[in-house]
Amino acid sequence: MELKFRIFRYDPQIDSQPYYREYSIEAKGTERVLDCLNRIKWTQDGSLSYRMSCAHGVCGSDAMRINGKCALACQKLVKDFDTNEIIVEPLPSFKPLKDLIVDMTPFFDRVAEIRPYLLASDAPEKERLQSPEDRKKMDLAIRCILCACCSASCPVVNENDEFKGPAPLVQAFRRIFDSRDEQKHERMVQLDNPSGVWGCVNHFECTRACPKEIPVTKCINLIKAEIKKTL
Amino acid sequence: MEFVHDVVIVGSGLAGLRAALEIPATTNVALISKVFPTRSHSGAAQGGISAALGNEEPDSWEWHMYDTVKGGDYLTDQDAAETLAKDAERAVYELEHMGAPFNRTPDGKIAQRAFGGHTRNFGEGPVKRACYASDRTGRVILDTLYGKAVEKAVQVFSEFSIVDLIIDNGKINGLVAYELATGELHTFRSKAVLIATGGFGGVYKTNSNCFSNTGDGVYLSYRAGVPLEDMEFVQFHPTGIHGLGVLISEATRGEGGILKNNSGQRFMELYAPSLKDLAPRDVVSRAIWTEIRQGRGINGDDYVNLDLTHIGAEKIAEKLSDIASFSKIYLGVDVVKEPIAVTPTCHYMMGGIPTDLDGRVLDRHNKPVAGLYAAGEAACVSVHGANRLGTNSLLDLVVFGRRAGKMIAKELPDLSLTENTGSLENSTRQRLEALLSRQSGERPFSIRNDLQIMMMEKCSVFRNAQDMKRGLSELESIKQRYENVFLENRSPRYNTDLTEVLELECLIGLAETILKSAISREESRGAHYREDFPERDDKNWLKHTMIVKNSTGSEIFYKPVNIFRFQPKARTY
Repeated sequence: MELKFRIFRYDPQIDSQPYYREYSIEAKGTERVLDCLNRIKWTQDGSLSYRMSCAHGVCGSDAMRINGKCALACQKLVKDFDTNEIIVEPLPSFKPLKDLIVDMTPFFDRVAEIRPYLLASDAPEKERLQSPEDRKKMDLAIRCILCACCSASCPVVNENDEFKGPAPLVQAFRRIFDSRDEQKHERMVQLDNPSGVWGCVNHFECTRACPKEIPVTKCINLIKAEIKKTL
Repeated sequence: MEFVHDVVIVGSGLAGLRAALEIPATTNVALISKVFPTRSHSGAAQGGISAALGNEEPDSWEWHMYDTVKGGDYLTDQDAAETLAKDAERAVYELEHMGAPFNRTPDGKIAQRAFGGHTRNFGEGPVKRACYASDRTGRVILDTLYGKAVEKAVQVFSEFSIVDLIIDNGKINGLVAYELATGELHTFRSKAVLIATGGFGGVYKTNSNCFSNTGDGVYLSYRAGVPLEDMEFVQFHPTGIHGLGVLISEATRGEGGILKNNSGQRFMELYAPSLKDLAPRDVVSRAIWTEIRQGRGINGDDYVNLDLTHIGAEKIAEKLSDIASFSKIYLGVDVVKEPIAVTPTCHYMMGGIPTDLDGRVLDRHNKPVAGLYAAGEAACVSVHGANRLGTNSLLDLVVFGRRAGKMIAKELPDLSLTENTGSLENSTRQRLEALLSRQSGERPFSIRNDLQIMMMEKCSVFRNAQDMKRGLSELESIKQRYENVFLENRSPRYNTDLTEVLELECLIGLAETILKSAISREESRGAHYREDFPERDDKNWLKHTMIVKNSTGSEIFYKPVNIFRFQPKARTY
């Protein structure tokens, strides 16, 4: 079928403001939006810039806004949209650097702030034991690929620069509910404020956007409940 | 700009990150990556990491070593296989201690499952050796090592592509890198460089690799005069999603999945009576292609079915959820109820930069290149021989990545910084400027596409001299076309058009080394199957193929295989 793509274009060092450029391409319904972008770039307009790598929803490079929703371009098929016009824009709330490429540095800095690693003292000779039930608590959160679809979709992130945002909170959830982690208390203290979990007011946009189907809002609310219970 | 570091690590997958963690914090290390570290392709590994922990049933590292040697069709260097299997337990416990969220047994230990070619008691039957975190084992280990790198405050240069290695008089002095964000070229002067740039499945049209896997470090080493080892051994994973090549983990078969042809027959019973669907990848990929070639593909088409419908929804949700998700998204298939259409997909390169057991890169005379190290898929230790077993790759990355890091730390006091390395940056700049000022020519995409199709048709699962020689002559015209490659995008900022052109040079160069190595090996061994030489020939070919550049192009020489324990036997499963 013939598709019309309207793509956000912007080179901040040249363009006074962003603009949209239209492309027409032939694509099958089973093709990925990323396949379409590649076809445009490779055969029509090499100047288009976007990130991509694994092309099957594992690396998290190609998060962008497609017809108004944050998603991975490699996980959305043409037939997922009931229209022949697809509008592609960079992730909102992130600073655009060129076309669909945004500045991810502040996002990864936020992730680093929550200390995304196990904090535990001496290890035994073999593995630390963990029951399957305890392991299961982390099961959905370990799906996170740091694509930032959730943070970009979050209305609070959009208004409040201080709010850590959903993805870092999922990373925190994963550690707070890891039975092996010994700094659960310190981790919760760090989040017990309006920039932490209390910034979240349950819009659920993060949960709707997550391409890995992580119940993001629920994770945040479980941290809130744990803080109320133990701090 | 010029950057000066003690050590530059190129590649931020498991090998590069694990090496970085091993180098003392007092050392000035730079980690360069084409992508942000968590985007690295190690994250796409699904099924598991092998270690004879014996958590589910009795196991031993010696059985693991044997399987690795036999899996590699006896081309595996046995000192490397011994190192890998012996160090596996420590390596996996270490990952657990770092926080990797492995699935657990009812008594709280790391859970394990069966995988292709891994057996108990030297080949008696499948053994549960693969430690796993659902079907995203690579991703969670990548996240774990990335977290440790954050904790250690490793300095990362993301979205920097290497474009030249600076090697003079048998010593590495640094490298030249292209910064995607600004279009600037930078010289990184350093005492040591570790190449951990991964594989280059992008040489083939159907592959499971990410777009970034273009073998830059391997090709640039070759261009700088380093030999490459066993390049003809290219692994096609049996189960890629039909039409896309996206990986469907071997864990599907480890959990009981069955391959079926158009009449619903479990055809692996014919090809591997003992291990059946859990035979090694080279055996299964050939079996699938044989079925397809003989008209037993589904609906006569070029795929077979992978049937998981008897496994049950609960087990799939717990152990194979990503696979279920990929199948749903890309094929519209519910794996609990319907089979998955699969076809072999280029997955892994057994060959690469020759190293010793400690990551030191070996030159034409089998002597270390001072300061140059390699680890991971980019390297050829050779621990995988002619065919890698599933789950041995993640293990290879953390075992040999760590060993390379240790050796770098040990040798660093004896390595020096060299001044005046700027000339290469200048010549690279001229090359890029010439490219950017070219006014007409052919766009890179069509050249790459033709290269990938040629390699699929001429040098994939089944090979013969006639096709490969035709492939080599087609490659000559592809090289000519590359001389005239044309870039529409002249922007200095995020010019991914330019990086794709640079990557294409690597792919073309590596395709040539694969073709030439494959033409020269006149026998069938592991993943290298010659229709015109269908038997393994230990008398003449139990040796590593080495290819090195010379004044007229390239030459091939050979290196003996380290065999001290398991003598070659007929390889049946």
